[in-house]
Amino acid sequence: MTAMAHSGKAVVTLPSDTEIKITREFAAPKHLVYKAWTTPELIKRWWGGRRGVVNLAEVDLRVGGKWRYLSTTDRGFEVGFHGVFREVVANDRLVYTEVYEGVPGGDDDPPVVTLTFTESGGRTTLTSLTQLSSREVRDMIIQSGMEGGMQHAMDLLEEVAIALI
Amino acid sequence: MPRAPTTTDAFNAVAEPRRRQILDALATGERPVNDLVALLGVAQPHVSKHLRVLREVGLVEVRDEGRQRIYRLNGRSLKPIHDWLKHYEQTWNEAFDQLDSVLEDLKGKEQRNDSDGA
Repeated sequence: MTAMAHSGKAVVTLPSDTEIKITREFAAPKHLVYKAWTTPELIKRWWGGRRGVVNLAEVDLRVGGKWRYLSTTDRGFEVGFHGVFREVVANDRLVYTEVYEGVPGGDDDPPVVTLTFTESGGRTTLTSLTQLSSREVRDMIIQSGMEGGMQHAMDLLEEVAIALI
Repeated sequence: MPRAPTTTDAFNAVAEPRRRQILDALATGERPVNDLVALLGVAQPHVSKHLRVLREVGLVEVRDEGRQRIYRLNGRSLKPIHDWLKHYEQTWNEAFDQLDSVLEDLKGKEQRNDSDGA
């Protein structure tokens, strides 16, 4: 209930009013999870989920390097995300910005994502902590989807939500 | 935009573990303060402080019954947060399920490479 929703294996929590945390365990060692997360041809196979096709995945995996994903949702929307790597520790940790390209000025104060890969007994726990720049940004994301109550708003929310990991 | 004070923000209100405990307890029905104090195992002033925060953001409502104050959950104010989280989580679960199958492939390839090298 409340700050947690369980549907499947990922657990989403709100550690503070400007943070979103996702935890998920994978039945694979961390170097493979890291590889799947950072290799363009592999990203294309999973990142779109069941809702879209990833047309482009570019990853310049080094500090200061840029990444960009473009996808088309099954409702025909083009969705783009990009960002810059701030920390790259192979198989252990990634810190990067993540900008949803549908929002003007998104690059000004982008969400910062910290990913950690922790292995135990051949399994990997992935933790994603998204730090939003402000409570207002968070409220905008949530209100755009929930107060409108329209399908289009839901689609937008879907797209923005993807930007938040 | 000015920053809203903590107590006006439902998200912040539920971000605190004790307050989530209180909400969980109230999810099964209304309870007097003493019940919540016993359940949480912390001093009454702390519980009252958390209840005040929850009340100010509209997550709980209170009524007096004789000398007791009875609290209940206001599900309506939680719904937007809950809906959004559920949707967000589902989006990621779908991607992660596909990531699972990518990982199975990678594991298979690694094993084949290992046996080739042996």
